[in-house]
Amino acid sequence: MIGLFKVKEKQKEEAKNTNTRGGGGALVKKQSAGELRLHKDITELNLPKSCKISFPNGKNDLMNFEVTIKPDEGYYKSGKFVFTFQVSAVYPHEAPKVKCKTKVYHPNIDLEGNVCLNILREDWKPVLNINTVIYGLFHLFTEPNHEDPLNHDAAAVLRDNPKLFETNVKRAMGGGYVGEIAFPRCM
Amino acid sequence: MADLDVPQSKSRDLDKLLLRPGNLVGPDFDPGTELRDDMREYVRILVVGAGGLGCELLKDLALSGFSNLDVIDMDRIEVTNLNRQFLFRLEDVGKPKAEVAAKRVMERVSGVKIVPHFSRIEDKEIEFYNDFSIIALGLDSIEARRYINGVACGFLEYDEDDTPRRETMKPMVDGGTEGFKGHARVIVPGVTPCFECTIWLFPPQVKFPLCTLAETPRNAAHCIEYAHLIKWPEVHGGKSFDPDEPEHMKWVYDEAIKRAELFGIPGVTYSLTQGVVKNIIPAIASTNAIISAACTLETLKIVSGCSKTLANYLTYNGGEGLHTKVTEFVRDKECLVCGPGILIELDTSITLQKFIEMLEEHPKLLLSKASVKHGKNSLYMQAPPVLEEMHRPNLSKPLYDLMGRVQKDTIHVFGTALKNEEKQSSLTKLRVVFKGADGVADMDTAIGA
Ligand SMILES: [Zn+2]
Repeated sequence: MIGLFKVKEKQKEEAKNTNTRGGGGALVKKQSAGELRLHKDITELNLPKSCKISFPNGKNDLMNFEVTIKPDEGYYKSGKFVFTFQVSAVYPHEAPKVKCKTKVYHPNIDLEGNVCLNILREDWKPVLNINTVIYGLFHLFTEPNHEDPLNHDAAAVLRDNPKLFETNVKRAMGGGYVGEIAFPRCM
Repeated sequence: MADLDVPQSKSRDLDKLLLRPGNLVGPDFDPGTELRDDMREYVRILVVGAGGLGCELLKDLALSGFSNLDVIDMDRIEVTNLNRQFLFRLEDVGKPKAEVAAKRVMERVSGVKIVPHFSRIEDKEIEFYNDFSIIALGLDSIEARRYINGVACGFLEYDEDDTPRRETMKPMVDGGTEGFKGHARVIVPGVTPCFECTIWLFPPQVKFPLCTLAETPRNAAHCIEYAHLIKWPEVHGGKSFDPDEPEHMKWVYDEAIKRAELFGIPGVTYSLTQGVVKNIIPAIASTNAIISAACTLETLKIVSGCSKTLANYLTYNGGEGLHTKVTEFVRDKECLVCGPGILIELDTSITLQKFIEMLEEHPKLLLSKASVKHGKNSLYMQAPPVLEEMHRPNLSKPLYDLMGRVQKDTIHVFGTALKNEEKQSSLTKLRVVFKGADGVADMDTAIGA
């Protein structure tokens, strides 16, 4: 391609000398292919009524958003839980980073908001999307499980004494203490 | 070389390739001293990355007859780089890699000019990249490769009949190594598959389940990830972890040691901590050298035509014995990054609303409920309602204005398409050309967009 490179360099020289600007291409900022896929995912969301998505940074930043889940059944019925989503430019090669913003008494969510959901970590695949993740989170509330514990104590109580677990969840959601830990009201 | 009646250059071996005719050469090969001199004068190469591979690439390119090189890297030199990033010395620790690498190669190879850029690749203007004949990649992240690929493919233009225009092709030569394995590939946008066409070649990195880390760690990496992902936020609250901050790394290492002792797990070291947290597989100097040599040779071949270029992906495995293989991957004709997209001619007066309606009728698209994106700007989104509302005012505006009044550009549309009588989710690239707009006159408006 030397011939082509030579011609181009000479043209550049000439353009420099006559001080003109070549081309009329657009100078719009590049988007990442990940961003494009994410936008598509977002327009195709098909969420249950109990899940709502919002964009705190407005329409120019869709890579960071929040999902609010209000379970309509199970232990967490009538609670309200907010998750933050951080989507990187490498999406969907990498799963979104998801944290629970609401402090919750839950076997699979720790007090720092880390979430144990297989599709966010070891089972993520690029064919999955934001919709699948939100459904996965939703299911954590309808079916918390003691087998993948992140909050060890909550998991043990759920396993050994579901009645007590139910009471603890109610207390936590109402803004009370479970053991020594205070929870904010989220109902 | 006695049979050649030309002044001998200092690179004797290079002359053998460039000055003599041959049978296995590329179609546009024109051997002779002019070729050798033109390579020095007219070819400009950008090396992206000045790490293990980047150091090798700079040295190899400088010794292979290229005189105009640039190198870009945002990192500073660390002590742990010194074993393989051979252009750096102990007294360089803390200095920008790009600057030291450029200086060292220029000291050793006379007549070579290397311009360093101590910068993030995203912080350079797009036009910066258009200044180079070829871009050589010595990177270790998918994100950075994806970015450069997007930029280079962005220069590609197609004719009305979807033939890629040769003068707009920005060839890339990409190298990558992980331990004893490596790859070298040639990407000529519009001709060979681009990085996005074959993104599946890079498997997502393995991530341990958080609950395993929290409850049942079984190896040293589990202990390190526990300290990094669970313990750090627990102790530091909102302060985010910075892998390039040695104090942060030391903290994670100390916590990982405690964790490992608690569970009786051996093997946590500081360098393993760095490796796990930054997801680095130990680099092997010889792998870098081999991959860089392959990349440099391909660069030389693309430029001079002295031999046919690699078609198009070479893998190297030096772990057990030695194995190399060349695979010819094929382009994804509908690739959103390097594909031609669908050409659409429009009047400058058409509103976004009318345009979206038009997509529904367009025989190649049959796209209903389309959302529209132009570069980073979302022009319209059909859903969810909160976003639809934010974009709605755009519907009555001319598309030409929304796109910054340029004569032609690429946009992406997505929605539901009718394919083979079936409704499918679809995402398509369009080449929009406005009739009667000359583009150049409105450059300033475009910059402001
Ligand atoms: Zn492609």
